Amino acid sequence: MIDILVLAEIDGEAISPATLEAITAARALDGTIHLLLCGSSMDAEAVAEVAGQFGVETVHVAENEVLDVFSPEAWGQALELAIDEISPDVVLASGTSKGNEVLAHAAARLDLPFVANCTQLTADLADHEVALTRIQWGGSLLEEALLTADTRIVSIAHHALEAEPLGTDVADIEAIEMDIDQLYARTHVVGREMAEAGVTLATAPIVFGGGRGVGSAEAFAPLEELAQLLGGRVGCSRAVTNNGWRPHRDQVGQTGTRIAPELYVASGISGAIQHWVGAMASKKILAINTDPEANMVVKADYFVEGDLHKVLPAVIDEIKSRRT
Amino acid sequence: MRVLCCVKRVPAPGAKINITADGQDVDSAHLGFAMSPHEECAVEEAVQLADRFEGNSTVLTLGAPEAEEQLRYAASLGVQSAVLLSTDGSPWDPQRTARAIASAVQTLEADDGPFDLILFGNESADSGGFQVGVRVAHALGRPMVNAIKGIEPDLGAGMVTAKREIDGGFEVYKLPLPAVMGVKEGLNLPRYPTMKGRLASKKVEVGVIEAEGEVGGQRRVRLIQPPAQESNTVKLGEGIEAAPAIVDLFDELGLL
Ligand SMILES: Cc1cc2nc3c(=O)[nH]c(=O)nc-3n(C[C@H](O)[C@H](O)[C@H](O)COP(=O)(O)OP(=O)(O)OC[C@H]3O[C@@H](n4cnc5c(N)ncnc54)[C@H](O)[C@@H]3O)c2cc1C
Ligand SMILES: Nc1ncnc2c1ncn2[C@@H]1O[C@H](COP(=O)(O)O)[C@@H](O)[C@H]1O
Repeated sequence: MIDILVLAEIDGEAISPATLEAITAARALDGTIHLLLCGSSMDAEAVAEVAGQFGVETVHVAENEVLDVFSPEAWGQALELAIDEISPDVVLASGTSKGNEVLAHAAARLDLPFVANCTQLTADLADHEVALTRIQWGGSLLEEALLTADTRIVSIAHHALEAEPLGTDVADIEAIEMDIDQLYARTHVVGREMAEAGVTLATAPIVFGGGRGVGSAEAFAPLEELAQLLGGRVGCSRAVTNNGWRPHRDQVGQTGTRIAPELYVASGISGAIQHWVGAMASKKILAINTDPEANMVVKADYFVEGDLHKVLPAVIDEIKSRRT
Repeated sequence: MRVLCCVKRVPAPGAKINITADGQDVDSAHLGFAMSPHEECAVEEAVQLADRFEGNSTVLTLGAPEAEEQLRYAASLGVQSAVLLSTDGSPWDPQRTARAIASAVQTLEADDGPFDLILFGNESADSGGFQVGVRVAHALGRPMVNAIKGIEPDLGAGMVTAKREIDGGFEVYKLPLPAVMGVKEGLNLPRYPTMKGRLASKKVEVGVIEAEGEVGGQRRVRLIQPPAQESNTVKLGEGIEAAPAIVDLFDELGLL
């Protein structure tokens, strides 16, 4: 049996869904699963209850004031110290922004390799040398990489699998008093600036995406109106943000947001691979394009051939007439 | 204020990314080259900060001699100095890359003094290892945050405020300078090179340092195409005639 140490990320008052994915992935290895909880701001008993259901044996609570708010450097040191203490064979987190960041810090401190965004974990991660499949180009390509290390530090790509509970066990709790270098208080979250609540691009049930074919900032008005009518959000391609027609927070794709709506309506978007990887988790895709050969059209579930400047206003009229 | 930005030369792919027959690389035979959009923003930020605070900006890349193209591109946008850590162009693992960059930074700083800010992309466009910047920051003993979309230095206080995008808003960090950051597209809107910029970039001297770094524990075996997603596109119609069918679809999916 090997030991696997999973880094816990926190989402409000609970373990994040991404961490539950990582714990689920860890069960593919025949080992004992440990969870590292940084700081004492969370109710450890509530964490142990949920973690236990997913297969965690022990929740290790790293105690030091500096860890109570997110600090990449301090959390990296906490992970290093936990690795020293538990001597795990495998160290795991979800490949989220912070998951990858903290693993990179721990790997840097220990001078160990770190393989980011693996698509699945297999039993041979118990071996000193293991071949892993990981994401390249934001998901446009895969890479088979060979990892050689006494302690294998890897992240599992977010959404690569679904988190599934196992039973009703409750994990044990062990507190570890940690000697964290107080210097690392220099990088910690000092505040938050939150936008008004409401659906975000990442959570909207329907997204109206516009590309270069929309032609100007003003021409996004019908997309805005449709998003408003159906409780969705406007998205866009990088051609649009580069032109300054929309803010970057609306960009869908490799270097933008990954969306997963019930329906993605992509108008005037060619469907370059870097856009596609941000849209491919949509349940259904409707492409509106003048070019029936466009990549977006070929990959979509539904297609309307035509000029978006004519089609979208007609759709608005149709919705309004059905609602009266 | 002295700002360094680190960029990586990658193929600029089209609708699909093809792999060479031996599976070792992206087939770039018919492609141009670029840097990650995140890194373009790092370059833009370096230029803007050097302008605002009357400092200077430097761009660094590790790669084949051809990567000079990306250095010249950065210079055409206003970056003043350029450094090439030259390799034979074979893929370098993240530990090795970080070791070479960290030691080059130490060499550059020994000559001209410390960089107040070193900017990385949040992740490279191709390998997406999410670590080179963190490793370099650790080697230099400097504070580091990733996923940054807003930077505001306060040189008087020796601090920099950085904003990180999270779902629904931003987290704010305050770091002491000198600091290191991984930045994301959206930090700014990068400019396009002007004719004047292009001409000026030809005169920028590119400092060349032989890249040196001990090999790390991750090695590429091969690149693989992800399994193709089958699709049977249903055509709903043409032009405005298709509007009722589109609204029917909204209705069917419970979105109306
Ligand atoms: C490393 C890297 C990362 C990237 N990340 C992203 C990313 O996150 N997101 C992203 O989107 N891109 C990204 N890109 C850029 C990407 O490669 C494409 O350049 C971009 O997605 C193209 O945008 P587009 O489809 O709007 O424009 P185009 O490719 O120019 O397509 C315009 C489309 O509009 C259609 N059209 C024109 N007029 C009309 C009309 N009147 N009615 C209907 N259809 C019309 C055309 O037929 C065409 O299909 C990235 C690139 C790189 C190299
Ligand atoms: N070969 C390289 N030359 C210069 N900078 C690099 C190189 N590789 C990675 N970087 C920098 O490190 C960041 C993170 O890379 P990675 O760890 O590969 O995701 C990139 O966005 C670049 O800023």
